[in-house]
Amino acid sequence: MKTLIAKGKTPVATHYSPDKTKFSIKDKLLLGLSLSEYLAQAFRNPFNWIFAIIFIFGGYVTVTRFLFGLGYVTHSSYDYPWGLFLGWGLFTMVPLSASGFMLGTTVEVFGRHDFKPIERLALLNGLLGYLFAVIFLQVDLGQPWRLIYPMFVSLGPAAVLFLVAWHVATYLSVQVAELVPAFAEWAGMPKLKTFVKSIILGLTIAGIILSTLHQGALGALFTYAPGKVHPLWYSAPFQWFHFFCSSIFAGLCMLIVVSTICKKTMAWRADNNFLDNLDSLTLGLAKGATLALITYLVIKIIAIAHDGDWGYLASGWGQWYMLEIGAGVILPMILFTISIRNNLAGLARFAALIAVLGIALNRLNTALFTFNWKLYQEIPHWREVVICITVYSLYIVTYRFILYRLPILYTWKKDEVVESP
Amino acid sequence: MKAMNRRKFLKGSLLGGAAASVISKSRNADASATFGGYPEAMGVLVDLTRCVGCRSCEAACNKEQGLPDPSHPFDDLSVLDHERRTSEGAYTIVNRYEIPGQDHPLFRKIQCNHCNEPACLTSCFVKAYTKTPEGAVIYDPTVCVGCRTCMVACPFYVPAYSYSSVLNPVIKKCIFCYDTRLKFGRPPACVEACPREVLTFGKRQDLIKIGHQRIRNYPDLYEDHIYGENEVGGTSWMYLSSAPFEQVGFDTDLGTQPILSYVKEFLTVVPMVLTIWPALFAGFHLLATRKDAQKKEEKSEKS
Repeated sequence: MKTLIAKGKTPVATHYSPDKTKFSIKDKLLLGLSLSEYLAQAFRNPFNWIFAIIFIFGGYVTVTRFLFGLGYVTHSSYDYPWGLFLGWGLFTMVPLSASGFMLGTTVEVFGRHDFKPIERLALLNGLLGYLFAVIFLQVDLGQPWRLIYPMFVSLGPAAVLFLVAWHVATYLSVQVAELVPAFAEWAGMPKLKTFVKSIILGLTIAGIILSTLHQGALGALFTYAPGKVHPLWYSAPFQWFHFFCSSIFAGLCMLIVVSTICKKTMAWRADNNFLDNLDSLTLGLAKGATLALITYLVIKIIAIAHDGDWGYLASGWGQWYMLEIGAGVILPMILFTISIRNNLAGLARFAALIAVLGIALNRLNTALFTFNWKLYQEIPHWREVVICITVYSLYIVTYRFILYRLPILYTWKKDEVVESP
Repeated sequence: MKAMNRRKFLKGSLLGGAAASVISKSRNADASATFGGYPEAMGVLVDLTRCVGCRSCEAACNKEQGLPDPSHPFDDLSVLDHERRTSEGAYTIVNRYEIPGQDHPLFRKIQCNHCNEPACLTSCFVKAYTKTPEGAVIYDPTVCVGCRTCMVACPFYVPAYSYSSVLNPVIKKCIFCYDTRLKFGRPPACVEACPREVLTFGKRQDLIKIGHQRIRNYPDLYEDHIYGENEVGGTSWMYLSSAPFEQVGFDTDLGTQPILSYVKEFLTVVPMVLTIWPALFAGFHLLATRKDAQKKEEKSEKS
């Protein structure tokens, strides 16, 4: 795309082309290029070749899961009913997608309009993360076609998963609504945008409630297994708060990581409003993340004190735990502090990446590594790993597809601005 | 701004409705906290000191439940050489445990313990499980989505899943022969098949008395504990042993609280968040944007 811009092409950001003809949906989908130009730039991108390989092989393996059943792609473990699909796809993807409600709250509720340039990216990160968490869930469920049973067919409202199901479903629609303005601008439907703008505060507050509860509920799911999750990763009174609190910095750090990738790989699509503000926004997000990190660290220590788990710290599991806390919480906290003090956005980006990896480690520890700590360790089947990579690649490609087109990283130019000269 | 307020109010009342429904849910949960099991619930007392590991119970269960033929015939005792667990093809299995200081091993039959307050039941979001007044924990495969939370929740590692099935994978576990026997007041197939009277079928409350009676009569033989009398809120199947229970493969760290009590800490938060958050954050919004609002007002006054 960079080379094309150098040749004088401009990516579509208006409803009208410079010669005042209206862009069709096809033009918008092809970014204002002709079909052959579009395909040529797609083939030039080496990442697309990697994705192609992943989709051909991984797609085949994914299809076998639905043809031959879960038993073909997993170890069919009775002791480890939840594997990578949920450990990674649900328990890790969801906290990393908390950015939507965090930035929604910051901008719409707290009135911090200086975060506006990154708000839509945060919302999209949230929406896609949840959408693909559901897709991961659909891969994992034994009978995915019964997904709506807890909603309409047979209700078990006292179960934590019931709450998760309802909240994720509701929250998905809230997030779609929150992103409707971006779509409305792109598709040229101003009335739709005005309508959503008028209910945005309600939507945002609904988002906060739903997020608090389902992020917490994902943690509470593990309170069903007091003897199975290692005591250092288990705390009946604090589990939901651990998961909720860590989702705050997880979402913010994921947003820093994603915005960095956007800046590095698709600067052509972003406008100056995004690019020029990104460093200061990154540090702003880092501030928020640091506050959440310190809260999380304190509540983690309180949980150990409350449950009397100090003794476990001396064991091998304890060292693993301290590694997770040290590298995944304390280290990024220190790096964030240094970067905020010295105005180093680059260091904050590095710290955010560490925190994201730290949160992934925490969720996988809870769901997989320390689960059944009294039994044996389950190593996921290779097909399970391949399917995870495939679905995650699909997530990245979808993400990119939307970022290229909808006004997420750039501001849609008002029609009259184009028409006047 | 006015229109906004009305919407907020509508939103709030909607959430209030949702909150009310959740509160009523947790009330149900509270009721079950004091639930000590159905008074007429049946149970089975398993006396490990009598079991010789003949696997007759496994064979009877296989036949009664129409399970697939096992890879080793039921008279092949070599399968006892390694520890097994319940699976989609075997709802009950017997394991052998060498006891240090005893000249003979102990055998332990494993199956669903049919908890008074089953973790599988309370964790199921489609209500696939039912605890019947007769004491059985039964399962409805027609509503099961296959999330397998029940397998995570079961403290005894009992439910298995038919992973190999493509179109209709379901949970597989002992149902106390509910459909064919218990419903009609008859003991399950394994109990009838046992040649050594290891398994005593009866009312759970009577079995507890019988168990304590045996311990009183032979204090040197039995450990002074009925496993399942109080574990995770009490179970319909209970055990007597001559060796410490942890040496016979039992988890002795489970505590006496039903699994649900660990989850309640979160469930009580739910109605609080649902009712307090909307007001709290709407308040934050008004506070945070009060200067903008003032400016707007001043502007409109000037014009």
